Amino acid sequence: MRIDSIAKLSQWRQECQAKLAAQKRKVLVCLGPGCLAGGSDEILEEFKRIVAEKKLADISVEAVKKTGCHGFCARGPLVVIEPEGIFYSKVKKANVAEIVETTLEKGKLVEKLLYTDPRTDKTYTDYKEIPFYARQERISLRNVGQIDPDEIGEYVARGGYAALAKVLTEMKPQDVIDAVSQSGLRGRGGGGFPTGRKWATCAREESDIRYVLCNGDEGDPGAFMDRCIMEGDPHSVLEGMIICAYAVGSREGYVYVREEYPLAVINMQKAIDAAHECGLLGANILASGFSYDIKISRGGGAFVCGESSALMRSVAGEVGEPRAKYIRSVVKGLHDKPTVLNNVETYATVPVIMEKGADWFRSIGTEKSTGTKAFSLAGKVRNTGLIEVPMGISLREIIFDIGGGIPDGREFKAVQTGGPSGGCLPADKLDLPVDFDTLTRAGSMMGSGGMIIMDDRTCAVDVARYFLNFLVEESCGKCVPCREGLYQLHKLCVKICEGKATENDLALMERLSKVIQTASLCGLGQSGPNPFVSTVQYFRDEYLAHIRDKKCPAGVCRELITYTINDKCTGCLACIKVCPVDAITGEKKKLHVIDQEACTRCGSCYAVCNFDAVDIV
Amino acid sequence: MVHITINGKVVKAAEGEMLLTVLKREGIDIPALCHHEAIEPTGNCRLCMVEISRAEWEGWKKHVTSCLYPVEDGLIVNTHTPEVIEIRKTIIDLQLANCPDSDVIQKMAEEYGIYKTSYETVPEGDNCIMCYACTRICEVLGKSAISAVMRGHKKVIAPPFGEEPPDCIGCLACAQICPTNVIPWTDTDSTRTIWKKTFDLITCTSCGKAVITKDFAEYLMAQRQIPKEYFETCDECKRMATARKMGEIVTKAQEAAL
Repeated sequence: MRIDSIAKLSQWRQECQAKLAAQKRKVLVCLGPGCLAGGSDEILEEFKRIVAEKKLADISVEAVKKTGCHGFCARGPLVVIEPEGIFYSKVKKANVAEIVETTLEKGKLVEKLLYTDPRTDKTYTDYKEIPFYARQERISLRNVGQIDPDEIGEYVARGGYAALAKVLTEMKPQDVIDAVSQSGLRGRGGGGFPTGRKWATCAREESDIRYVLCNGDEGDPGAFMDRCIMEGDPHSVLEGMIICAYAVGSREGYVYVREEYPLAVINMQKAIDAAHECGLLGANILASGFSYDIKISRGGGAFVCGESSALMRSVAGEVGEPRAKYIRSVVKGLHDKPTVLNNVETYATVPVIMEKGADWFRSIGTEKSTGTKAFSLAGKVRNTGLIEVPMGISLREIIFDIGGGIPDGREFKAVQTGGPSGGCLPADKLDLPVDFDTLTRAGSMMGSGGMIIMDDRTCAVDVARYFLNFLVEESCGKCVPCREGLYQLHKLCVKICEGKATENDLALMERLSKVIQTASLCGLGQSGPNPFVSTVQYFRDEYLAHIRDKKCPAGVCRELITYTINDKCTGCLACIKVCPVDAITGEKKKLHVIDQEACTRCGSCYAVCNFDAVDIV
Repeated sequence: MVHITINGKVVKAAEGEMLLTVLKREGIDIPALCHHEAIEPTGNCRLCMVEISRAEWEGWKKHVTSCLYPVEDGLIVNTHTPEVIEIRKTIIDLQLANCPDSDVIQKMAEEYGIYKTSYETVPEGDNCIMCYACTRICEVLGKSAISAVMRGHKKVIAPPFGEEPPDCIGCLACAQICPTNVIPWTDTDSTRTIWKKTFDLITCTSCGKAVITKDFAEYLMAQRQIPKEYFETCDECKRMATARKMGEIVTKAQEAAL
């Protein structure tokens, strides 16, 4: 069906809404990355099979739907029953028959699958009341977890492509740029560059061709916001890109998706095909005379290809290496033409701004960081998952109110924001408002939105070592400060972890970091020393403990710790069985002993002991 | 024409000219390892970094690689600030750790007072400083037979898949432009081997010495319309032939004058 007028689009929307309204009950099975890993695709099939078999009055097989990431990954696989919003967590294939029978047939709850907040012991039925969801405000994630990403009709029913219709009929390109500028929208990929200014610069450049590209190369460990948007609501990204293309006068563009996101590639391609078929993409969109087309460009998985100039070279089929940006890519980008490159989340936000207006968007967030931001919570936090919150919210609210705090009775130690290039912020920074400028001032950065939470059993030096190793692997190797500098910085960090470093080494690391930051060619190198710089800023004592006392206070660095067994040992033999090098001796019901010469400090005994009988010293 | 201030002195330059070109013209000593007039600058070695600012930046300044920075009117450049020297020293120190046996790097390090690297010597290091001069000159010649492969510290210059490069014509441009002389090749009387590929050499019809590889000669004949006869004699014999001819002409002229 080709939608070639605004009237037809409205009519189609009404039909889609009517179709959805006819489905009295809906079962939404989350097929986000976390739930899928837990086997949610089998749960979906089981629901479909049983619902088809039973021929229930209230629900049809079509009303059993897959969705993108619903957000609460820690409790997956998730099943939500609408319209009540009944939230079943940690669902197994074996539970499906019971859910169908109890909830869909009898209208009762399967109590054991409901979520209970471990802090308050309160059990919730409707997910919207769970603290994890209740504190969120979703704009870029508005449809993620709510719709079947493969059905363009569901996107349209929820107001999709209405912003595009409004832009094409009521607004001039300059009006669009003005609205984006007034909204204060800043790039969600990490840099926080004002989106409106970027678009205006591109539109101003004299050129026959301009490109509008989308950066879906989310490479930070622990970040999965863009992935979930591309997988769960691909049309919102396309609509944002089409609006941008209209504003800057572009006729073609690319979505750059990393190869490691196969489902994102598939879902984006399906969305592009569906939009094409409906006349919402391609030639003469909505009979407005405006044409724009999008192709997918798949990245090979190099972290550096998230950098704009490397990304553009990769799209052009060249080696993904950055170039010096003394002439910016918005002026001379892909194939040396003016190019707008924005991140997935930025584009997904644009249609909402067009519909509800710049003032509405400005009313959310802070003065200089307007709107909301999606984050992925990972690491030592109870409620790992995908969230979206207003800018200006404190780290404490994110980690403790939404994230549910630190599990296993441990203490909060630090949060890594902004991925490997970001920094670690300690407990006394928990009340900082989360916005672009505050995080940068604190020595970290907003980044694309990955948040890795660490507890008191995390060693700051070991964290720096880990991220530096990542960056050494991912440096493109073109310029010397990044290639050789990060390599040496990592070596020195390993030296500290092994207790072989001196204070001179620490001073050398600090001097070297400054040069890498100043002299590197691209953002990867310029922010490369951050894992070290931010941890040494906030956890200097811990570095000194490794250097002076040859101790790792967190009990992580192998060379600096010993495992011993205390008198809580019940002689259960569990540690003896797991020790891979047979370093533990002892008889049943007698105190066990670790042979320090043979011990490789792998920690297996510590992990298996149920009596707190293994100490790390 | 634009005016820029270099270390306090106002100088003229053409708009868009690269800063390093202007600095060299002004006789200022700026180290650079990856820069060469025959190839486009890429900014790999970072040694030519200088500090720039403008009056309206109100004291804000930044560091740029001068080889890649197009000059503009009102630019204020400082080439030897303590920060700039620190950058250069650190980079040379890092290069010395990576290429401990390179004469070029050792000499450069000594100029900056570095006799031993502050860092751990890279165990797998060779003398390649990854300046891309070889790959860029190969590209200029229209062949791109070699390129930088892998990434990060594992990056090496290599032919495709590490095999004999099908596009290599044995011209030796890569080996000759290499600032640290790290690309080896061997010649026998009739063959040349580089990048594990062996080429037949055309030998001089008068003295028998090697002139050029057959592949390179064929490439130049086809691409640059150079006649086949040009490759039949070596440069030395060509010079001798020219001198002989000159002598004949002079003798004839003298005879005619008598």
